[in-house]
Amino acid sequence: MSFVQDLQKVLKENIREYGMFIALFVIIAFFGFTTDGIFVSARNISNLLNQTGYIAVLGVGMTLVIVIRHIDLSVGFLAGFLGAIAAIAMEFWGLPVWVVIPLTLVLGTFAGAITAFLVAKMNIPAFVATLAGWLIYRGAILVVTESTGTIIISNDAFNAIGNGYIPDLPFLANFMPGTHKLTILLGIIATILYVISAIRDRNAKKSYDFEVLPQEIFALQLVFVSALFVGITWLLSGYNGLSWTLVVVLVVTIIYDFVANKTVLGRHIYAVGGNPDAAELSGIDVSKITYAVFMSMGALTALSGILFASRLQSATTTAGTLFELDAIAAAFVGGVSVSGGVGKVTGAIVGALVMMSLTNGMNLMGIGISYQYIVRGAVLVAAVIFDVATRNQGK
Amino acid sequence: MDAPILEMKSITKEFPGVKALDNVTFQVIKGEIHCLVGENGAGKSTLMKVLSGVYPYGKYTGDIVFDGNVQQFNNIRDSEEAGIAIIYQELALIPDLTVYENIFLGHEVQENGLINWNETIKQATQMLKKVGLDVNPAAKIKDLGVGQQQLVEIAKALSKNVKLLILDEPTSSLNETDVDNLFVLLRELKKQGVTCVLITHKLKEVIDISDSVTVLRDGQTICTLDASKGEVTENALVKHMVGREIDNIYPPRENKASDEVLLEVKNWTAVDPMLGREILHDVNFNVKRGEIVGFAGLMGSGRTELAKSIFGNPDNYQVEGDIFVKGEKKVFKHSQDAIKAGLAYVTEDRKGDGLILIQDIKQNISLANLQEIAHRSVVDDNAEIRVAMNYKDSLSIKTPSVEQKVENLSGGNQQKVSLAKWLFVKPDLLILDEPTRGIDVGAKFEIYTIMNDLVQQGMSIIMISSELPEVLGMSDRVYVVSEGRITGELPIEEATQEKIMHLATTTH
Repeated sequence: MSFVQDLQKVLKENIREYGMFIALFVIIAFFGFTTDGIFVSARNISNLLNQTGYIAVLGVGMTLVIVIRHIDLSVGFLAGFLGAIAAIAMEFWGLPVWVVIPLTLVLGTFAGAITAFLVAKMNIPAFVATLAGWLIYRGAILVVTESTGTIIISNDAFNAIGNGYIPDLPFLANFMPGTHKLTILLGIIATILYVISAIRDRNAKKSYDFEVLPQEIFALQLVFVSALFVGITWLLSGYNGLSWTLVVVLVVTIIYDFVANKTVLGRHIYAVGGNPDAAELSGIDVSKITYAVFMSMGALTALSGILFASRLQSATTTAGTLFELDAIAAAFVGGVSVSGGVGKVTGAIVGALVMMSLTNGMNLMGIGISYQYIVRGAVLVAAVIFDVATRNQGK
Repeated sequence: MDAPILEMKSITKEFPGVKALDNVTFQVIKGEIHCLVGENGAGKSTLMKVLSGVYPYGKYTGDIVFDGNVQQFNNIRDSEEAGIAIIYQELALIPDLTVYENIFLGHEVQENGLINWNETIKQATQMLKKVGLDVNPAAKIKDLGVGQQQLVEIAKALSKNVKLLILDEPTSSLNETDVDNLFVLLRELKKQGVTCVLITHKLKEVIDISDSVTVLRDGQTICTLDASKGEVTENALVKHMVGREIDNIYPPRENKASDEVLLEVKNWTAVDPMLGREILHDVNFNVKRGEIVGFAGLMGSGRTELAKSIFGNPDNYQVEGDIFVKGEKKVFKHSQDAIKAGLAYVTEDRKGDGLILIQDIKQNISLANLQEIAHRSVVDDNAEIRVAMNYKDSLSIKTPSVEQKVENLSGGNQQKVSLAKWLFVKPDLLILDEPTRGIDVGAKFEIYTIMNDLVQQGMSIIMISSELPEVLGMSDRVYVVSEGRITGELPIEEATQEKIMHLATTTH
């Protein structure tokens, strides 16, 4: 088979996986063109990635919730509420930041456990249980900010999470001025690690006579992804370097991707999503898995609340509004299946980027907020139609 | 002889790979009660689906003559309009609506598009009187007993001016009084000129009520018996129902059962809280090491419920009784506990609660024992592939790769994946629930050979099967289950199809 035929075949078989990357690429190219390159400037890309952070971490948790056939509507106002608690703990109770952050995460996990209790033990549909949570946490934010209104956060370390960047290597101050050397170094390491693991993976599969990508296509894929890594690294290094927000998102993604794909817990989550009855009979405690997934959602909600409060350097009475819908949209655009059991956490990150790129790009183009909502709604529908239409294609 | 109201001539219905009905002839005389009997899979339900238009005209071959006219039903509505009504085993009533709403559901009493509720209630009351049901027509269906619900179904059929009433296993969930009431009503309807076809497994009832009986076996009409000529006897029915030659598809095996009792279940009783009644009554049985124990019975006799209630009770029945594994008393709160004690359960419904269809072969095989191939809870992908490939070879699962999704496999290969999954937990006792349902003869033979190998290696097997030849061909010992009770235990030397059929149709 010729190279072109191979490429067509691979694209067709993996259209589900590549689809959203292609969509993201098209969106970036479109806005890059319509904004005369402002959209793809280092400053804007860096800003875009930081803006995506608090939705991306929610999307990761939401993906697993939808994989086990549930939903969580409460995460938006819970994130806002926990951000307010963090602000109060620092500003009014005088707790140090290294106590406040773990405390907020524990509270989030606990809130997730309550949702799980209602869903797994009391058999309340997740939609209803978390809709109640939506109302309750919305009220809770208003209660705790009633006397103060917006709470300004003065702790620099805390505010750095949403606004700061990683330090540069001090001993290379005079080498390549105007670039962020540590960012470049990390980018190169990540690219090398990716190439090595991809080659290893392919060789392992070949040794079992499994189907692998044809040599040329595989090489193309390596070049393409490496170029993407290097390109983003280069862009970021030209503007302050890697932000702490991006570090948090990357760490969360790596951990969740590992747990979802490589661990017994991850396998059990996807089994419960794929067929809860079969999972139960196979010795998997479906109720425990439900707890694990909702508690992780709670912890990530707390993280999202911290990222958002830190970014605004304050806790506001409306923090968290509509986060849950953005997170759900990110998960669906990222390829999570409506019928459960299918969906990657990395997909949610791409999904969040797609949605945030739309907002950011349309802002730069000067399109009004009303039309932005309409466009984003249309993209969400298109993504799910694409998912349903390609479900039975390929492998 | 009276004129026939229904004649089905040379009906043939094929599914991919199977002839479900092969040149079937079925004739019902006007005004009689006609029973249709046969084993599971004999083709009774398919025949009724052809008659009611579920399988529309053109999807089968042959003629249906009803009420003197050749009929071409395209859907259930057509057959209802012609005067045929079928009442299924699972009642098609809406629990939260009232009795009168249910009776006129789909053919409401209306004027200019508005429902006349007063007229509806008046007519419903008349219908209820006709079927002898003394309940408030405004009562909700869910507050009625199963027997009363059945009468509402019949009232619903009568309100559509039914000429031929077909009842599919109407007595399977009724108690004795309800059955008696139903039969009184059927005889009453007969006097009023309604013809009735009754599908049932219970031979006592057949003898009790039928004017004539048609026996189906393997998709063919075997005979029609006339009660007035004394042809309907239990022995005649059993003989015609099971009178097939046992094909020699069961690989021979020596009985190597040891005396060691591996599993013993004592005084096992279960209540289904959803149904609100006892579904297993004081069940006692044991399984010895190296033995294949067959559990025979009709569909719905409670064998799957028995297996599930023992295997960690996922449906949350209220259970009582004791389980002993290797002489030690055990309580299984979750299927996990049962697996740890050395049990494995290959479910009856592969697609429903057996396999995860959207996942691949290797993931399905490893699912119940992931710890075995994991180090510190991280799954070793390579070990998983090796395990899957081993089973692919030893059970000869036909697939290009163990990365194939299970939904793309044939029924026989899916069953082998299901088997592999449970063999990987390395059980002492394997429970196989209808292990060969829906798979072809070649794959059946392979499954039987695997079963023989396993017991030779010292494993024990409980085989739940509704196919009598399979029970007789594979078991060392047979328990017969009927209505949630063990009605008999037979060593294989004494077991015959007739004896098992008698025990399986025993009712209390």
